[in-house]
Amino acid sequence: MGKRSVLGLYIEEDSAADALDNLKEAGFHESEYEILTGVPYPEGTFGEAEPQHNLYRWPLIGAICGFSIALLITAGTQTAYPLITGGKPILSIPAMAVIIYEGTMLGAIIFTVIGIVFESRLPRIFMGAYSEKITEGHIGVTVTTDENRTETAEKALMKAGIDGEIIRGWE
Amino acid sequence: MQEHTQLTQKQINDELLKDILHLPKWWLPAVLFLLTIVLAGYSAFGYMIYHGLGVTGLNRPVFWGFFIANFVFWIGISHAGIMISAILRLTQAEWRRPITRAAEVMTVFSLAAALHTPMMHVGRPWRVLYWIFPYDFSRDIWPNVRSPFVWDPSAVGTYLIASTLFVMICLLPDLAILRDRAKNPLVKKIYAQFALGFRGTPRQWKLQIIAGILLSALVLPVFVSVHSIVSWDFAVLIGVEGWRSTIFAPYFIIGAIHSGVSAVAMLMALTVWIYGLQNYIKPDHFDAIARLLIIVATTWFFFFFLEWVWALYTLETPEVALRELQAEQWPYGPLFGIFIITSFVIPVPIWLFKRFRRNAVIMFWTCVLVNIGMWLERFLIVIPGLLRRSHMTFDWGSYHPSIIEIAIVVETFAFVALGMLLFAKVFPLVPLFDVKEGMINRHLIKIGRRVIPATIREGLPHHYYKNHSDPIIERSKEE
Repeated sequence: MGKRSVLGLYIEEDSAADALDNLKEAGFHESEYEILTGVPYPEGTFGEAEPQHNLYRWPLIGAICGFSIALLITAGTQTAYPLITGGKPILSIPAMAVIIYEGTMLGAIIFTVIGIVFESRLPRIFMGAYSEKITEGHIGVTVTTDENRTETAEKALMKAGIDGEIIRGWE
Repeated sequence: MQEHTQLTQKQINDELLKDILHLPKWWLPAVLFLLTIVLAGYSAFGYMIYHGLGVTGLNRPVFWGFFIANFVFWIGISHAGIMISAILRLTQAEWRRPITRAAEVMTVFSLAAALHTPMMHVGRPWRVLYWIFPYDFSRDIWPNVRSPFVWDPSAVGTYLIASTLFVMICLLPDLAILRDRAKNPLVKKIYAQFALGFRGTPRQWKLQIIAGILLSALVLPVFVSVHSIVSWDFAVLIGVEGWRSTIFAPYFIIGAIHSGVSAVAMLMALTVWIYGLQNYIKPDHFDAIARLLIIVATTWFFFFFLEWVWALYTLETPEVALRELQAEQWPYGPLFGIFIITSFVIPVPIWLFKRFRRNAVIMFWTCVLVNIGMWLERFLIVIPGLLRRSHMTFDWGSYHPSIIEIAIVVETFAFVALGMLLFAKVFPLVPLFDVKEGMINRHLIKIGRRVIPATIREGLPHHYYKNHSDPIIERSKEE
């Protein structure tokens, strides 16, 4: 059975929080509904669940990759064509350190950005039930559930006093 | 930050996106004007490639001229953008909100401008590939990693990639707003592609906030390394008296911050005048950045003073000769005077007065002076250092920049201005979501008999609400 999404829009923060309470009471699981806002509200403003993420692992993995690649390039190029400077080692550690440092940081930054996109569950190809009013200040509560439960979801959303009509979409 | 205008989210969208979704009358002439200068610069560059570096004023012993002085200048400007953005984000300074994006974007275009001049300076820019990337497996040609000229592109390249990604990630929520407001279906579709389907879920916002802080923390060490490495282009050359200085790395960094923060203040004034952002960038913002500038300028001056003191302390003949050339002999002496007066003597005393700090016009012009001074500083490091009047007389020389070099240097200024104008036509220069967050977090509170604006910086994390027995939290739960 296909998943459908419904969206209720609210002007007040309290109404949106009430809508979430109604959905909980109606038996919807936390993973089935989401708050959509045009601005980052403090966490828990609407009584929503705390989003879990693993973003902090990404820069570490990136740093290890960047370090390894930079080490390979600097050591590899020096040994591939040795420039012998009287009495000094082939591998010039201070010079390598500069490039390895930059490589490490570059790896960490690139992986962090990839991690942010990935952990944000982006890119999202289908928008589902969505309204352009959200970026103008309305607060949206969207429920993604089985088709046969959408009516219950709509009732729970309307009970909190939505602004306008319920918006429907497909996931 | 006390001073603000409370606006709704729709008002913020309307005001900050009006010049993106509609074409202002002045925009096209301004773009054409800057484009002409940029094309003139590129034509000069083409002429230089065809005729060789002989068309520049570079000659023995001065092989680094306007190009390298300009390179160091733009690297310096690029530093303030991310520095301002990153430090203010990490310290949760409220006044950062309207200025971070413009500062970050200026970093990106300044870095691109900075890369212009050394690429042109080498005369055969396509050969730069051989020196930077280890790709020519068939001929066994590899970059020499011991050379600072390989460190430079690795640092500047890292910084450019990092700054660009930083700007792009922080743009996502604003791209979603543009997607929602665009009327033209094609434009809407393009913005929708760039917005990656951002909808503003708590997860996405949480990661946006963390992204700002985490990327700031990662970019700051890169920022420090970049100008240190640029300074080592000079400082590792033991044969040039004025350059072999251990103080160069911190001196260059603080100089970069001085010129860069001044450039951000100029940019703030320009955005207020050009885009009418009076509701977002207030006299308080100028006041705050001027206070920061006083500290930065004084620290920079201290480093400048130390550099001179330790240079002269040795009383080595070549070093003394160089300092005499820099400070006393024509034409460097008068330039040295202008440099000191414009970068420190005039602006800093002016910034000590609150009414001047809060005046956008005065802030703009004092910051213009700082940047004139800081450009001259780089010029005075590069050229007199190479003139080497202390050595054999047959090796003496002089340097006069040619019209080609002047055209290319002017082109870099037009390039940055053009880049900023084009960016501002497609993306908002003020981060809308950041400004909106500041608005919703701002409340009036009563303390005694006064009502003052206060800002809730951040909501407490979930586990705090669950585990903490704070009486205020408990009371709010009961209510």
